[in-house]
Amino acid sequence: MSILVNKDTRIIVQGITGGQGAFHTEQMINYGANVVAGVVPGKGGLDFNGIPIYDTVDSAMDENDANASVVFVPPAFAADALFEAFDTSLELVVAITEGIPSHDMMKVNFSIPPHARLLGPNCPGILTPGETKLGILPGDIFTPGPVGLVSRSGTLTYQVASNLTNSNLGQTTVIGIGGDPIIGTNFIDCLELFEADPDTKVVVMCGEIGGEDEEQAADFIKENMTTPVVGFIAGRTAPPGKRMGHAGAIVSGTGTGTAQSKIKALEAAGVSVGQTPSEVTDHVKKFL
Amino acid sequence: MRLHEYQAKSVFSDGGIPIPPSGLANSVETVLEETNRIGYPVVIKAQVHVGGRGKAGGITLVQNDNEAEIAANKILGMDLKGYLVYEVLVEQAIDFVDEIYLGVTLDRSSGMPVAMVSSEGGIDIEQVASSTPDAISKTYVNPLLGLSDSQAKTAVLDAGISPTLTDKVANILLSLYNIWETSDATETEINPLMVSKDGDVIATDAVLNIEDDALFRQKKLADLRDTRNNNKLESKADLYGFNYVRLDGNIGIIGNGAGLVMTTLDLVDHYGGKPANFLDIGGGANSVRVENALEILFEDENVDSILFNIFGGITRGDEVAQGINDALENFDTLPKPIVVRLDGTNAKEGMEILNTDHLTVESTLESAVQRAIELASKGGD
Repeated sequence: MSILVNKDTRIIVQGITGGQGAFHTEQMINYGANVVAGVVPGKGGLDFNGIPIYDTVDSAMDENDANASVVFVPPAFAADALFEAFDTSLELVVAITEGIPSHDMMKVNFSIPPHARLLGPNCPGILTPGETKLGILPGDIFTPGPVGLVSRSGTLTYQVASNLTNSNLGQTTVIGIGGDPIIGTNFIDCLELFEADPDTKVVVMCGEIGGEDEEQAADFIKENMTTPVVGFIAGRTAPPGKRMGHAGAIVSGTGTGTAQSKIKALEAAGVSVGQTPSEVTDHVKKFL
Repeated sequence: MRLHEYQAKSVFSDGGIPIPPSGLANSVETVLEETNRIGYPVVIKAQVHVGGRGKAGGITLVQNDNEAEIAANKILGMDLKGYLVYEVLVEQAIDFVDEIYLGVTLDRSSGMPVAMVSSEGGIDIEQVASSTPDAISKTYVNPLLGLSDSQAKTAVLDAGISPTLTDKVANILLSLYNIWETSDATETEINPLMVSKDGDVIATDAVLNIEDDALFRQKKLADLRDTRNNNKLESKADLYGFNYVRLDGNIGIIGNGAGLVMTTLDLVDHYGGKPANFLDIGGGANSVRVENALEILFEDENVDSILFNIFGGITRGDEVAQGINDALENFDTLPKPIVVRLDGTNAKEGMEILNTDHLTVESTLESAVQRAIELASKGGD
């Protein structure tokens, strides 16, 4: 089994003809994703490699029974694309776009209807090995298996997943929740889904400095999870006040959001925290 | 992006927040012109992007020309926590009976704006925040609706501010919220908002930080960026479009993806080394980007060895290897030892074509880190 997405997920790509959108849509299709439509304002009626393009998400939904969308729309127009997606019956919207202003994302987050979920923005997306991918994760480093993987960072996810795969530890579903301060789906949402998935035997959670999401996740794990969790936190050596690449990856001047506080909270919740990515693999082995 | 106090005050003033009469000066002569225009007593304040300027000696109250000249001579050109002072704000000193704190920021956990008010404003607000957080009233705001009049008044009353000031302070809080929203600020602050004995309120300090990701639609504010105090290498990295942070160690790091680069720094520390920088080269590391990144690290005199760690996701290992080959063609001998580790998509193909004449190649992240540390210590001998 898997969480959120599988081979039956019917996908719309918003921004399907842009550089990123076009390249990754092809990669998604090659991986097995069921892309049913694209949306590009002004290009309705055309097609992308045989996939019909529509001017609006609404018109794409009229003719295609999609349930998820992937958004590659540039930052200045991304919020509008997300509002548009959430005005339909779409259940999952994956925002890949990096650099959407936080003020926009706050408003988007307050506009998500109860039936829908946002993943991202500034995330690599979500992939269920052997079935489908929505986003930009490189397909060939994943393999099916019992490990649920959730992470704030893209390439760190790849590093950890690749270590797991090389040790014959496959994955149920791999989710990148994104490195921005304001995101849709968070760690707790994913942990809850993995906990409910009978095929996920261990969860790996990769956090990083900034914010308090990892601390809150630790509370959740302590109170609600029976599935073992292995953790990793990036940014132990980051100096306060400096943004380490991701907009959200910053230790505040007053010292909140440090890796140390996150590791301490996770360990107190019974999570095995790896000091290095390869230690993460070692911890996972103990539980399988 | 941080604005200087004088820049933030100008935005505040346009947004309806009262500020004292003031002027900007960059020499002793212009300081004296301003003090005489404004009238003593005045405060002379260094305009640099650091907190705690007062405690660091960057703010002085002066009563006459003689004191003004001494203060101007001391502050202009001084090194304030690593920042050179180019300008001072000359501002009328306010006779106050109370100091209030107002702030608006983004609360990450709730994803909401939060408006903050405290009756205990002044230089020790951070102390107040950590020791008696209840002394700061916090109001969470629905970002679609904005801060309402009644919320603003309630916030001010909750903070224990004299009811005679409620309307005045609430109006300033509303203005501050509007400025925060319309300028795509990450945070904005008035500390202190001074209360005179006649009950007037006036903002004597101003913080306004704008979100970098929103600068594309905040052109007027973006033009206020002051890069004179930027490190030369940081400016160069900015120009090349890298995420770069200079640190104080001697192992130069180049990698792709923020989380993985941070992890690489952590591993350097884990194995007893000290990273010289964070440099995220981003996706699609072609030869130009590789060359630009290497240029920054070659120029950094602190760097003794360079660790190039790429996990090819969508970026293909063979393309990265080609990029490194092309970039190194310009060098007969390398100024600094380089360790390369390629993994992920097409890493094997990449390793095969990589010109290893000048390079050290390692197959795992851990071994690459240890090798870079070893080479750096040799270089230091």
